[in-house]
Amino acid sequence: MASLIGSFALVFGLCLSIFIIFFSIKNFKDNNILDKKVVSLTFLQFFFVLISFFGLIISFVNSDFSNETVFNHSHTTIPIFYKISGAWGNHEGSLLLWLLVLTLFLFLFISTSKKQAKQYRILTLLFQQIIIIGFFIFLIKTSNPFNYIFPVPNEGLGLNPILQDPALAIHPPILYLGYVGSSIIFSSALSAASLSYISKGWAKHIKQWVLISWIFLTLGILLGSIWAYYELGWGGFWFWDPVENVSLMPWLALTTLLHCILVLEKRLALTSWVVILSIATFALSMCGTFLVRSGILNSIHTFANDPERGLFILIFLFILIFLSIAVFFFFHKNENQNIKNLFWLSKETSILVNNWFMMYFLSVVLIGTIYPIFLEVFSSEKISVGPPFYHSLIIPFLIPFLIAMAFAPRLKWIKSKIEDKIQMIIFFVISFFISLLIVKNFDIDFLLNTILITSAFYLFFITLKDFFSKRIGNLAQNLAHFGFSLLILSILFNNIFSKEVITNLKIGETFISEDFKINFENVDKKNEKNFKAIIGKFNIENIDGNIEVLNPELRIYNQPNIITSEADIKTNLLTDKFITMNVVQNQDYFNVRYQVKPFMIWIWISVILISFGGLISILKKKYEN
Amino acid sequence: MKVLKYIIIVLMILNPNLSIAQSENLQNKITKNLRCLICQGQSVYDSDSQFANSLKVLVEQKLSDGLSEKQIYNYLKDRYGEWILYDTEFNKNTYFLWLLPILMFIIGGAIIFKLFILKKN
Amino acid sequence: MKTKISFLLLFTFFLIVFLTFYLGLQKSNIYKPSLKIEKDIPIYKVRTLESSNRINSEEVFKDNRFYLLNIWASWCLPCRDEHEFLIDLSKQKNFEIIGLNYKDNINNAKKFLKELDSPYKLVFLDKDGTVAIEWGAYGVPENFLIYNKKIIKKIIGPIDQVSFLEIKKIIQ
Repeated sequence: MASLIGSFALVFGLCLSIFIIFFSIKNFKDNNILDKKVVSLTFLQFFFVLISFFGLIISFVNSDFSNETVFNHSHTTIPIFYKISGAWGNHEGSLLLWLLVLTLFLFLFISTSKKQAKQYRILTLLFQQIIIIGFFIFLIKTSNPFNYIFPVPNEGLGLNPILQDPALAIHPPILYLGYVGSSIIFSSALSAASLSYISKGWAKHIKQWVLISWIFLTLGILLGSIWAYYELGWGGFWFWDPVENVSLMPWLALTTLLHCILVLEKRLALTSWVVILSIATFALSMCGTFLVRSGILNSIHTFANDPERGLFILIFLFILIFLSIAVFFFFHKNENQNIKNLFWLSKETSILVNNWFMMYFLSVVLIGTIYPIFLEVFSSEKISVGPPFYHSLIIPFLIPFLIAMAFAPRLKWIKSKIEDKIQMIIFFVISFFISLLIVKNFDIDFLLNTILITSAFYLFFITLKDFFSKRIGNLAQNLAHFGFSLLILSILFNNIFSKEVITNLKIGETFISEDFKINFENVDKKNEKNFKAIIGKFNIENIDGNIEVLNPELRIYNQPNIITSEADIKTNLLTDKFITMNVVQNQDYFNVRYQVKPFMIWIWISVILISFGGLISILKKKYEN
Repeated sequence: MKVLKYIIIVLMILNPNLSIAQSENLQNKITKNLRCLICQGQSVYDSDSQFANSLKVLVEQKLSDGLSEKQIYNYLKDRYGEWILYDTEFNKNTYFLWLLPILMFIIGGAIIFKLFILKKN
Repeated sequence: MKTKISFLLLFTFFLIVFLTFYLGLQKSNIYKPSLKIEKDIPIYKVRTLESSNRINSEEVFKDNRFYLLNIWASWCLPCRDEHEFLIDLSKQKNFEIIGLNYKDNINNAKKFLKELDSPYKLVFLDKDGTVAIEWGAYGVPENFLIYNKKIIKKIIGPIDQVSFLEIKKIIQ
């Protein structure tokens, strides 16, 4: 029943698009006030998608296996929380969620942009409707979440155990808020470009949307990493897997846009560049959807693939790209280029330098991700592009980037001088000595490491000092930059000082290394509704005699029948202790992997700080208004 | 301010958990750079599949036979193709892969320089 | 004029990207070993099921005849399916089948051969799976047709009616 309602609501939602477009076009020229009908219809469309979404959730909660999506991704024994999150843990449901956010954002945009010109609002709405219609058709035609199966099965196939996890339950909604937020930026930039509406006021208005999507995208990526860290069982949090890259690319573009829009807001320059970036951000989000859903790439996180879906998104993506190129070239008039040249030392130049580096990082990630596709098509050779590629191209460039990040915010608009030269140099020298000390002490003989840690420390100290300085201009920016330095430092130390042991242990055995002893005391059994667990009890004794007990689990899920290995992690402010155990076929011992990962929690904290910077920026804008 | 810095330095140096890191185990490094062919986007190091476990043993054997990292990569490339190497090589297949980003960087710099800085009226 | 040219350039560029992605969609994203290679057989020392001594693999394939190297295990279900084909092939003249017992328990392997009869002239033992890697294999079963110390054909997965006839044709 719920499925049926959901299914109809979806079709009604699509039909509403026609009315919305009709009334908007009618309203476009006739008078100066936005037709109330358009606003109500936009809300109604959102409402229908919401009903449809609830329909799916109810089907999941009731375990209504006459619905194909529910049958494929649920089971009666799954806890209720995962029944609900299972609704968007699959291809069809996640697309419905995507559509829900699309319509919600459009409604929010229309109802919060009252101060903007009517024509601009309507045109944005029309561009957004193109995207919405595309997704409606995609959903109904190739990935309908409400397909009916008959005869009705008694039991579902179950939810993949690695998806039965709290972080992964909220990861997709958060990430989609970020992805889809970029669609508003895209539509708005296209419409502003074609109406010659780009102004300081517009920059101020769209900046809110940039910040919102940026914050959600940042948090979404963070949740994904945290999940990968404790669920995939090898202690890594970023593998440069195509699907991870795909979320990083719009983030990089969005971060670039976030900086560059400041120049537009303050100096009314770089208009074309802002438009290009807005287009690129959404195009990259869509490109990501294509790469993930089509199964064109070999990745750990692929959805069930279907070539027809891939083809549909591909065509849709390129329609949007060609549309935006056409709008950009033939409707966008680039007249208000009011700065012909910039002084080399000014905020504008420093933001351009930021954009320059960000675009470089973006090109590394983009080329690294899609190059194998090109090579295979042109020469039928298959290659893999892995972490070493990204590291060797990105890390050296981080050094000047970090240093620039430290002093660029102190520059003034138009023309600037470097102030507090001595102080800046002192900080640099201090950072250098600290890095030298660390690198020397810990016997890491890489020159690159010293320089990299120096520059990260430099940024760290400068931004830390700025928190206490009276002239603190921009708390939001300072917090984000501080967070970034902390992120780089934690990642570096995490990489350098991680220790790990992989060994085979029988129950009762002890592994002894110079730093710790691992004693495998015993195993326990536990029965849950949807899985059985074998819980290992490991005593870890450090050199200082402290003993900690860790309990990794092996879970044997019944539906579907999959064995997963659950890590046990003991976190404190300085290090994480991470242990997993695995069965070895035909053997009486377990494969045990123990890792000591310093500063792990600081990686998460620093990313939260970064997004907090964005939040402060939004709140400040609200306060000023 | 200064106090804070000192605290950080002292923490870094005195923390017993941060004792000298062993130089990264070569075997781990190599297996991290090998793709588990029967998995979806996992390295041999991360995977627990039959194939990955055999490869871990093989890498260990080859290392004790005295083969270098490079030789092991070549040995496996010969059998399974370049697809198995995450550590992408620089060869005729990958010139563009490595050079295109650098080229973009140079072009980007040139554009900024030409458009905004050079033209002084 | 200038905008038109840049528009066309960009348009063509994205068209090429589109076509590449389109063609890329048709390709598989998983590992497919190349089948056409003609490669020298690997050389290694190995234990066998028949005796406890380690033998040199080169010795085994030295004669002027066709060999089939079959990777199998008692726990592998498709191996049972292809077994009757192997028995049939083992009766061919001037042809020998060499087994490679992959990650198996020796007793189970012996039981398996007792139960279903052995088509093998000799069985290599590969307890940790490294010998299979020497051959460039990545699963069970896999078959390598060898002539003159070269791998001339690879069959991934079990032998079926089609590949059975193909092998027969080649060796005759």
